[in-house]
Formats: sequence, C-alpha cells, structure tokens
Amino acid sequence: MTAPAAGRARAASLEFRGVTKRYGDAAGAPAGPSGIGARGAVNDLSFEVPAGAICVLVGPSGCGKTTSLKMVNRLIEPTAGEILLDGANVMGEDVTALRRRIGYVIQQVGLFPHLTVGRNVAVIPALVGWDEARQRARADELLSLVGLDPAHYRGRYPAQLSGGERQRVGVARALAADPPLMLMDEPFAAVDPIVRERLQDEFLRLQRELAKTILFVTHDIDEAIKMGDLIAVMEEGGRLAQFGPPDQILAHPASDFVARFVGADRGLKRLSLVTIGDLKLEPPPDPLGMPAFRPETKLRDALSVLLVAAARGGIALDEAGRPRGFVTVDAIASALADDYPGRRQAGAAGGDARTTTGADS
Amino acid sequence: MDLIAATGGWLADPAHWQGPNGVPIRLFEHVGLSGVSLVLSALVALPLGLWIGHTGRFSWWIVGSANAWRALPSFAVIGLLVPFTTVLDANLGFTLYPTLIAMVVLAGPPILVNAYQGVAGVDRDLVEAARAMGMRERQILAGVEIPIALPVLATGLRSAAVQVIATATLGATFGFGGLGRLIVLGDANQDNGELFGGVVLVAALALATLGLFTLLERRLTSPGLSGRTAG
Amino acid sequence: MSGEPLVRWDWLFAHLGPIADRMGQHLYLAGIAVGLGFAISFALAALSIRRRRIYPLVTLLATAAYTIPSFALFAALVPVTGLTVLTAEIPLILYTFVLFVPNIVAGFDRVPWDVLDAADGMGFTRGQRWWRVELPLAVPLVVAGLRLASVSTIGLVTVSAILGDSLGGLGYYILDGYHRHFATEILVGGLLSIGLAVVADLGFVLLQRFLTPWASRRTEKARWT
Repeated sequence: MTAPAAGRARAASLEFRGVTKRYGDAAGAPAGPSGIGARGAVNDLSFEVPAGAICVLVGPSGCGKTTSLKMVNRLIEPTAGEILLDGANVMGEDVTALRRRIGYVIQQVGLFPHLTVGRNVAVIPALVGWDEARQRARADELLSLVGLDPAHYRGRYPAQLSGGERQRVGVARALAADPPLMLMDEPFAAVDPIVRERLQDEFLRLQRELAKTILFVTHDIDEAIKMGDLIAVMEEGGRLAQFGPPDQILAHPASDFVARFVGADRGLKRLSLVTIGDLKLEPPPDPLGMPAFRPETKLRDALSVLLVAAARGGIALDEAGRPRGFVTVDAIASALADDYPGRRQAGAAGGDARTTTGADS
Repeated sequence: MDLIAATGGWLADPAHWQGPNGVPIRLFEHVGLSGVSLVLSALVALPLGLWIGHTGRFSWWIVGSANAWRALPSFAVIGLLVPFTTVLDANLGFTLYPTLIAMVVLAGPPILVNAYQGVAGVDRDLVEAARAMGMRERQILAGVEIPIALPVLATGLRSAAVQVIATATLGATFGFGGLGRLIVLGDANQDNGELFGGVVLVAALALATLGLFTLLERRLTSPGLSGRTAG
Repeated sequence: MSGEPLVRWDWLFAHLGPIADRMGQHLYLAGIAVGLGFAISFALAALSIRRRRIYPLVTLLATAAYTIPSFALFAALVPVTGLTVLTAEIPLILYTFVLFVPNIVAGFDRVPWDVLDAADGMGFTRGQRWWRVELPLAVPLVVAGLRLASVSTIGLVTVSAILGDSLGGLGYYILDGYHRHFATEILVGGLLSIGLAVVADLGFVLLQRFLTPWASRRTEKARWT
C-alpha cells in the first residue's frame, strides 16, 4: 500500500471495545430494560479499524450508528466501554484538543454562513493560530483537492453554492488540519443520486491519495459496499450484527437480519466488487459483433450488458485496448467462488489489494 | 404612601364618577372615539391590505415603507395636524380634530401591513391548489387566505387598538378629552389623586384592550394553525 | 393661526442655534435610552435563553409596559423623580424591552443547529462558539431590534416635552407651538422629529447590510456541481 506522503500526519487506528450507550437516567425510568433497545442506544460494540482504512457503520435508522460515531469525538459520552484512538482512550484527552485532531463531516454540512468558503475551510487552522498566509495557502490547496477552483470559490459564501459544492467544502474543511481520523455522518445523503455518485468516486480517489482512517455512517447498503474497506452492520438495539470486508458480508451474511438488510440481490452486489480486469479468462474468439469491456468495468455492469444484448459473451480488453479474453456469464459467475483470487481483501486500504492477477498482465 | 392613599381616595369618591368631568364620560369619550377611529381606519386599511396581499400589486411599496410608517411619532402627528385643522374649525380644530384624525391615520399602517403580510404569507402552493380546484379569486381570498391570515391580521388589529388608545391619551395634551384629560387636569390643579387616578385608569384601559385583543387573536386562530409561527 | 403665513422663515433662521441644540438633546435622550435599554435587554435575553421558563414572563411584562401610554407613564413618575432626565429615561428604557428582547432571543435561536453541531464537533470551546459563530449569526435580528427601538424611542422622546421646557428635545417646539398658536414652531418640531426617525431607520438598514455581507449577495448557483 502506498505510504502516506512525507510530512502528512499518519493515519490513526481506531478501536471500539465493549462500547455501550444507555439512555434514560438512573433515577428515572429508562426506555426499556436497562435502556437497551431504546432508540439510538448502543450495546457492547466492539471492532477494530486499522490505520488508513475506511470503516462504514451501516444499519436501519435508530440502530445507533450515528450515536457510535459521535462517541468517538465525544459529542456523546459512552456509558460503558472504551474507544481507542491509536491505542489511547479518547476519554483521557482534553475534549477540545481531541476534536481538533478529528475531522468531522455531517449531512447538512454545517458550513458557517457568515464566513466565506475560504475562511470556512481554514476554520481550524485559524482556531489553532496559523498565520493568514499559511491559512490561505492551505485553504487553496484543499479546495483544489476537492475539485473546486480556489480563485473562484474562496471568496464566495455558502449561500451561493449548490448542495454538491457545499459537501465538497465540508470535506475540505474537515481535512484542513490534516487529521489522522475522519468522522463522516451520511455526508452524501442530502444530494441527488448523480451528484452523490460523483462525490463518492471523488472521495475514494482522494482517499487513495491521503490514506486517512475514516469512520463513515450511512443507511444505504450500496454506499457502504462501495465506500467501505470494512463494514460494521448494526441492528436495532445498537448491536453489531456483523463486521468484515464487504465481500464477506455479502457472501456469508451472519444472520437473517444481515441477509435481509443487504438484500436478496447480494450475489449481484458482489459482482460490483470485481472488475473485468480481475477475471481469469479463456482466449478471445473472433470479436465480431460482441460487446467489449475495458478492465475497470465492474462485473455487475458487464453481466447486465451481456443479458440485455443476449450475446454469447463479450471481449475483455487490456489497458491498451487489445482483446485479452472471452467473457461469458459462466466466467462472471465463477468470480463468486470463495477461493477466487483477486477479490477485495480485508485490512489494508482496500483499493490496492484488489488489483492482483489479470489487470497487470 | 400618600400617593396611593390620595389616588385611592380620589377613585373612591363618587363625585368623580358623575358629571361632565366624571370618569364615565371621560371613559366613554376615550373608548368611543377610539373605537370609531379604529373602525374607520380598518374600513380602508383592511380591504386595501388584503387586496395588495392577494394580488401582489404595489407590494413593493408596502414592503419598502412598512418600517417607515412605524417611525411616525404620534406626538408629532397630532401637533402637525393642528395648523391645518384649525382652518376648518377654530375651536374643534384645536381640540378634537387633530387627535381624532391622528388616531385614524396611525391605526392604518399596523392594520394594512399586517393584512398584507398575513395574506402574502399564505403558502403559495395552497393558493395554487385552490385555484386548480376551480375556486374563484374571491373564494380563494375568503375561504383560504383570510382564515389562514387571521392570526397575523388579529395581531395587526391589536397593535392598532393599543396605538389608538395611546394616541387618545396623548391627545389630552392637545385639548382632547378622554381619560388623559384627568391626568392633565390633575397636573394643572396640583391634585395628585386626580392625576394618579387618571394614570391608573389609563393603564387599566390599555391593558384591558391588550388583553381583549389577545383573546380575540387566540379565538381567531384555527387549532390547525396553532404552533405555526409567521416568518 | 389666522391671518398669518404658515411658515415664518425669519423665525426659523433666527433660531437655528436653539433648534440644533434641541436636536442634540433629542439624540442625547434617545441615545441613553437605547443604549441602556439594549444593555439591560441583552442581559434579560441571555437569562431567558439560559432559563426558558422565564421568557414568557419577561415578554409579558415588557409588553404590558409598552402598552401603557407614554403620557401616563411620564406623568406617573413626576411625583417620584421630579421633572428630570431620569423621569424621561425610565419610561423610554422600559419601552425598548419589548422591542429588544424578542429580537435578541430569536437571533440566537435561529442559528442553524447543524452549524452549532459542526462547530462543536470541530473543537470550538463554548466561548469560541458563542463569540465566533452564534454572535455573528445573531447580528441581523439584533440589529433589527436596534432599528425598531431607535425609531420608537426617537418618537417617544417628543412626548417628554410634557415634563417641561428643559426636556422634550424637538417635542418642545411642538408643544410650545401649540400653546402659542404658532404654526412654524409646530412644523419645525414635528417635521424634524419625523425626519430624525426616518434617518435613524435608514441608518440601521445600512448598518445591517454592512454587517451581514453574506446575506445581501444574490445567490448565484453554479452550473455544475
């Protein structure tokens, strides 16, 4: 995996150990037995996120995913258990200092309406005392990073921006102090699907470059599969239903709940995790009239094309555009086998682990 | 304190409750003329405000000048009218007319502006839905816009009523009658009981008016609208 | 006012000095009332935000005070505090509460909660959040309150003329002109007080535009996201 660029803060590891949040005070009546089962409560949540990985908390509304996220930067305090950032309990650190080390992006973004975009991005640097020139340079750098031309945007106010633009500024702002950990609470939910997809793709691109540790909350299983290196599926009552890489959750759901939550089409969803470039294929026949697929095409989309075209098969191309192999429905289905090499593995930043056989030939 | 005793004594004296300078006459003058002014003002301001709110014509003028109208000091308005009303009638134009006209004029803006805001503030989607259902303009105004605008309208009326009562009180300085007259006479005669009696009565009347119109406002707000804030 | 021209310009020009003095007095009386009224109201508003339960009570008392006609309130204070600036100021200050407090409270209430959440999450201390985020965003409504109160107070200063020749600002000319049947004086007092109120109103509108640059820009949407 690519090492973080020199001078960047290292990404931090994150661990939840038996984290519990109960609502209902001790004196008064809690909601339900011991308060567990109350909306938003969390029950004995434990999992580990290695540095540089994206972990997605996903589940139905009320399952406690946002509550869990907010316990990391202590906007909500846990009732029991520990949250460890790089091995150190977050409760042991001064809360303000902690929050300034953690990037925080929420659905409504919460950009300060009275500050320009440039000043919004530089909020934390300004708060910790950087000088004006350094603030401005950093803001410009980050705006470019999220795809916004600094010259055009730095003097604008949030009210003048569209939803997608605001989200980008929100991400830039969270990155300003180069935090080792980012918390993101449904950041792309408030925009329309086309914009959302673009933002997701760009964020993944950004992550390949920055390799931060990210805890990401969403209610959308497709987003979770797309974005996450690791997925924590939570169920009502704040319990962890399953934890693991996306393909594992799709291939082997741990319970009926998880199976229902990921959807009956989980087989197809798994095909979104593999691309044409990863397939082992027979040599191609005469390509006349058959659809052709570039290596980055997802198997799911390729399958869809084959079905619609009612073709015997398709031609896989290599990076240079030359025919490399013969793609059939069977060949695609074989990628679902458990021992198929080259699928997204757990642990390190998933993107790099994906590309093994096939694509580099 | 002597003041409280003097006031209580004055108010308790039945002599002060009879005759041309008695409380009932003064009260009648005050409330009666206030009511008349309010009604006169509303007769013009209310329909005008509703119409501007419904059609949107001239709304720019209201929105621009709404706050300027609030700037009018009633004391100045009464005074400024005097040179002109004395031309009409040397006697009444020096005592009755300026205050009366001022009352009508000053009651206008709160009623007009609130009528406009109340109607204009109705969700345009609702109006469009009503129109799509085939309701005529007048029916939309009467059946949809006015009922929803009632709370804001009522607040405007309340504002105007309080304003009118206060202007009438102030008018006593300019020769008007009403309860304010008791204060003026009490001051002229060095009679603290009369002065404070007047103050107490004026305050009571003003607060009673406030209470009455607030109740009216509550009654006029449809239960479906309560909890909904304007703006 | 019979047989005389409406405006005696000679009188006007002969009295420019005293008129200017009266105007100064007018602004002085109004300024104290608005200043002190604002300070007290801000404290009341802060208290009301901290303890919500007292807010309805505060609003009720402020409204009741405002309802009582100024004339009555001025007159009522005379036996207590005499014919002094204090007698004029107490009612003037009381009248500002109902205009200031709701606006200040609303100003802070209307700060969007997601902005506050983001500020907390990013590591603002309570103090920093209040000073750098809540206060700037509350400014528009607070200034609106200042505008209302200033205009209202300038109007009410005229009534203090009933307290005697030494008070009343420009209102002195209105009352004096009335008693002397002197139209010019009334016009000077009346028109100038109205003018003062209008200028103050405009001044605050400009101030508001100046303090909130983010609100006045027209929102131009970009073509792509």
